[in-house]
Amino acid sequence: MLETIWLLLWGLLWGIYFMLDGFDLGLAILLPFLAKDEQEKNTIYNAIGPFWDGNEVWLVAAGGVTFAAFPAAYAVMFSSLYSPLMIILFALILRAVSIEFRGQIENPPWKLFWDRCLMIGSFIPAFFFGVVFANIFRGIPIDGAGIFQGSILALFNMYGIAGGIFFVLLFLLHGSLWLAIKSEGALMERAGRLSRKLSIVLTAVIPLFLILSYFWTGLFTNYLNHPLLFIIPLVVIISFVMMFLFIGRGAWWKAWFSSSVVIVDVVLFAIVGLYPNLLPSSLDASYSMTIYNSSSSPLTLKIMLAVVLVVLPLVVIYQGWVYWLFRDPLSEEDLPHESY
Amino acid sequence: MDALLLSRLQFAVTTYFHFLFVPLTLGLSIIVAIMETLYVKRGDHDYLRMTKFWGKILIINFIVGVATGLTLEFQFGTNWSRYSQYVGDIFGSLLAIEATTAFFMESVFIAVWVFGWKKLSPRLHATIIWLVAGASTFSAFWILVANSWMQHPVGYVIRNGRAELTDFFAVVTQSYSILTFLHATAAAYILSGFFVMGVSAYHLLKKQHVNIFTQSFRIALSFTLIASIFAVVEGHMHGADLAEKQPAKLAALESVWETQSYSPLYLIAIPNLQNDGNLVEFGRIPGVMSLLAHHSPSATVTGLKDFPKELRPPVLPVFLAFRLMVGMGVLFMLLMIYGWFRRDKLESSPTFLKIMFYSIPLPYLVCLAGWTVTEVGRQPWIVYGLMKTSDAVSPIATSQVGLSLIAFIITYTLIGITAFMVIAKAVRQGPAPGEKEDL
Repeated sequence: MLETIWLLLWGLLWGIYFMLDGFDLGLAILLPFLAKDEQEKNTIYNAIGPFWDGNEVWLVAAGGVTFAAFPAAYAVMFSSLYSPLMIILFALILRAVSIEFRGQIENPPWKLFWDRCLMIGSFIPAFFFGVVFANIFRGIPIDGAGIFQGSILALFNMYGIAGGIFFVLLFLLHGSLWLAIKSEGALMERAGRLSRKLSIVLTAVIPLFLILSYFWTGLFTNYLNHPLLFIIPLVVIISFVMMFLFIGRGAWWKAWFSSSVVIVDVVLFAIVGLYPNLLPSSLDASYSMTIYNSSSSPLTLKIMLAVVLVVLPLVVIYQGWVYWLFRDPLSEEDLPHESY
Repeated sequence: MDALLLSRLQFAVTTYFHFLFVPLTLGLSIIVAIMETLYVKRGDHDYLRMTKFWGKILIINFIVGVATGLTLEFQFGTNWSRYSQYVGDIFGSLLAIEATTAFFMESVFIAVWVFGWKKLSPRLHATIIWLVAGASTFSAFWILVANSWMQHPVGYVIRNGRAELTDFFAVVTQSYSILTFLHATAAAYILSGFFVMGVSAYHLLKKQHVNIFTQSFRIALSFTLIASIFAVVEGHMHGADLAEKQPAKLAALESVWETQSYSPLYLIAIPNLQNDGNLVEFGRIPGVMSLLAHHSPSATVTGLKDFPKELRPPVLPVFLAFRLMVGMGVLFMLLMIYGWFRRDKLESSPTFLKIMFYSIPLPYLVCLAGWTVTEVGRQPWIVYGLMKTSDAVSPIATSQVGLSLIAFIITYTLIGITAFMVIAKAVRQGPAPGEKEDL
């Protein structure tokens, strides 16, 4: 029971991470395509400025909770996926310093250089997280001792790449909706138009990904055994349709919230499909890392549960307050003051 | 070269680099908070200009610290998976607690502070930076509790082939944790104080922004005077605790080879490279080592020869790093005491100001030396007495680690140079003009 609660919490933390960092990664990838001049670029930087760092902490929390609640799975997962995780790490470092260094020197080539770095540093985590998670859904070649027996390049199989593209598209849409919230005038219209196009693309991509998942992963087994669980993918579809409608009405906040539900629920869908596995082995089902063979002791799980249940609601409250504080679209006069 | 050696090098490179930024965040956030509080209380705009000037440096430094901190959490899993599996029940939960209780607050509120000048009342804005400072220190606390558990594991039982938690309270409150925390924060405060005084000295020597930098210097001086005296006294207590808990490390710090009562201190000693004795021993003072370690000249101090050769830490680097740390620590304290008597005559003390400016890098060196003492002194153990470093490494290909190590060295060098450049630029630029409208 304790293990199951932790699996759900684990999924929730990753889901919230993708929902929050998803929009600033997505928006940063779009920076060179959406911003026509320096002032629009500034708007985009300031649209993610107060948020990205706090968002990234959800990754630290998700990673930390993997370590704390399922240490054996953390160990096998992170060492098996060494290279892709390192690449994500370097990209996130690049992302952080790009945002920070860009504004320090008033020089166009300097700024352009960091704009490009920001785009690369944001695209790579979006794509690679998709590849990595798709491979986790599918199972990776780990043996009975938890040692990775495959080739890293094999992670770039069709399903892995599909996962990468799927994540990037979800984040691009999520980011363009965020920009529509935070900007005015021409920039907002451009962001809105793009979100419409992306939502049309995703209308085809979401069912396609679910179909691929049916053929290439075991995610649907739990659902077929317990049809009531189909509520979860159903919520994905309903939220997606609602987002589509909200985009049409230009109700950006509502569209963004719907898109958030889609992202969290996609992760939840996969986690429930994985249960009781955390990291299936593609070599032999008995080698899989499950919530039972990789969890911490009951005492640690209980202490951590108490910590998380007390602290995370507080985090949601004060982080929510920050979103509330910086909820308004950025106007011209905000820009000189609001920057790193 | 194998995955073990490369992983150790990579951990050293990434941790040392990360710790070039952490201590300044810890101390400067408090100094900036003091400045902003003075602004709120006294309404003097020079305090606001001061707050913004040091705040800008704090932010640049903070972000590089955040960016490079992520590496460490990933690395336990990527490079030290055997370790993670063995101690995750305890060590992993401490990291997770750090992330949820401290790091969230720090990261969320620092952005509010940067972007919220016009959105918050001055009082609330000043409160926010205190929250950032408090959360940073709290974050350091959890990380150091985790590190202390590697130095002196308590509150656990070996069960199911791993270390499992039995007493969370014991892990958090053991004296090793508390002493390490106090020691590392004091060091961080000294580093930050020296940074602020050094930069202030630079401007005072150029006779520019005199009021702002005299005030900055004096705030940092009081702060650092307390921290530097505290660090020396506390450091001694830490050493005595070490004598009980990590006798091999203590012996390595002082290069003590023979177990004996009335253990002597040598004025000059140099450990040999074979790691089995001293090359040079000169100026023997009997009983002093016993006195330092156990507060009694007749006490028995355990020497390194009591440990099999493969269980001794490499003595030379630990011994030298310890000397650098202690020597500098005492020097810092003396400089601060001298500075205290010059505090009203800073402008007429150019030599002292020059010394303070050129001293900026010294506490950085001391922090790295301190970690060398702690981490190299623990070898060959990753968890003292429980797990060897060589048993902790991930079963991964050497080429992967080699590539990532090279990538870290290149990326971190570039980031380090850029960060230095950008901070130096902000320093040279000085505080923004003081018109009310511009703030």
